[in-house]
Amino acid sequence: MDFPTDISYTETHEWVRTSGSGKAVVGLTAYAQQQLRDVVFIELPKVGKKFRAKDPCAVVESVKAAFDIYVPVSGEIIEVNTELEDRPELVNEDPYGKGWIFKINMSNPNELKALLSAETYKKLCEKGKH
Amino acid sequence: MPRQTPLYSAHKALGANLTDFHGFLLPLEYTTISEEHLAVRNKAGIFDLSHMGEIEVSGGDALGFIQRIITNDAQGLPDGKVLYTPICNERGGIVDDVILYRFSAERLMLVVNSANIQKVFEWLIENQTQDVAVNDLSNEYGMIAVQGPLSAPIVEKALGRDAASLKHFHFVSKKEGTACTVISRTGYTGEDGFEIYTPTSQCVSMWDRLMKAGKQAGLLPAGLGARDTLRLEAGLLLYGNDIDDSTTPLEAGIDWTVKFHKEDFIGKAVLLAQKASGVQRKLIGLELVERGIPRAEHHIFVDSNMVGKVTSGTHSPFFKKGIAMGYVEERYSKVGTPLCVDIRGKELGARVVKMPFYRLKTDRGFSTL
Repeated sequence: MDFPTDISYTETHEWVRTSGSGKAVVGLTAYAQQQLRDVVFIELPKVGKKFRAKDPCAVVESVKAAFDIYVPVSGEIIEVNTELEDRPELVNEDPYGKGWIFKINMSNPNELKALLSAETYKKLCEKGKH
Repeated sequence: MPRQTPLYSAHKALGANLTDFHGFLLPLEYTTISEEHLAVRNKAGIFDLSHMGEIEVSGGDALGFIQRIITNDAQGLPDGKVLYTPICNERGGIVDDVILYRFSAERLMLVVNSANIQKVFEWLIENQTQDVAVNDLSNEYGMIAVQGPLSAPIVEKALGRDAASLKHFHFVSKKEGTACTVISRTGYTGEDGFEIYTPTSQCVSMWDRLMKAGKQAGLLPAGLGARDTLRLEAGLLLYGNDIDDSTTPLEAGIDWTVKFHKEDFIGKAVLLAQKASGVQRKLIGLELVERGIPRAEHHIFVDSNMVGKVTSGTHSPFFKKGIAMGYVEERYSKVGTPLCVDIRGKELGARVVKMPFYRLKTDRGFSTL
């Protein structure tokens, strides 16, 4: 299982990659997509919509269930991955790359400090397994 | 703690994702629901269905008793044939939908849904007549299904010609020592296929035999997830979702399973009255015309008025779109009627379609009919 160290994680299985310009890219972790298995539909957030950290903003659905995506850090949605509309399976195939879900303009980058490191998140996932 | 089936170790070895299903630990999926689903549509899949219940009804009045219990008609059913039928309560509500195996007029077997084993058993005892014995064999038998267009050659390789040449909805029973194995050409996927009941002690060897026989043909183990999407595409009802104690066979659109010419059966009076007055609500099939996945409990709207609820819904792996079953007010049940499904606060466009969503073409699968 892949836990890249150049990104941050949440307890609700989102990953966050920052570029230093106050913007962040958000997606679903490899662990989560594997639990969900075949992702077949994604309800993307609306560009321009503002969210507070931990608000639900998108939904990833596999054949069997719907899974909420929460905003890891407060801000405004500036771009969504519209390619997922036709190819939701990208979340399974390339969760940290082509499977990204949205970009957010952070209103409070300090919130990044509350996110989890790869090591901490990995431990959390291992604990979740039986 | 959920119970393990005799095939628990086999599932673990195959890397199954196990889930608690009505008290049984069963595979939800081995790889992905879509892959297993398409294996059954294109080649073949094997399912552990050991959670299903088997109740034997025997004695001089076995058939007469069954005729009062079920809404369908087993009087003219030949020995060695299988019948799908609801069992209704006095209000016409469905106690369970079962598969009836007629060994003879004095010995029949009901295959019941796992969540209803106790309920059906008690219902039979409550209505038991003289010269009838009711035995719950559920703990003594496991059940394995092989489903898909290549299931016949696989079953022939594993179990011989007589099993593989069975006609649709027929069965054979084989005695090996005191143990009896029943093989029927039945299923819950919309494909050709077989269901095999075998003593729990022989489940593992039966599973291994079938897996080995199907290896070259591309037989894949399939879980409850694929079973659910397959049966939904095939328009087959799921007890607890699409039907229950408060829905009648007429509302559920399985009118053909209610035989009013029979002298009497439990629920007849209410069902007859409902047939005369017409049903208020009806089970429909719907497909979304927008992207999205309808799920159980989603509300169905027409012109901003709620007219019903989804009872089963999914993303169809075969058609690659959202499909569902649900009850709506009768006047909105005609094929082609535009509807909306409320999915997380958004009203998505849908329309009533003919069920089943997936129908087997006659040039494949049931070629032995």
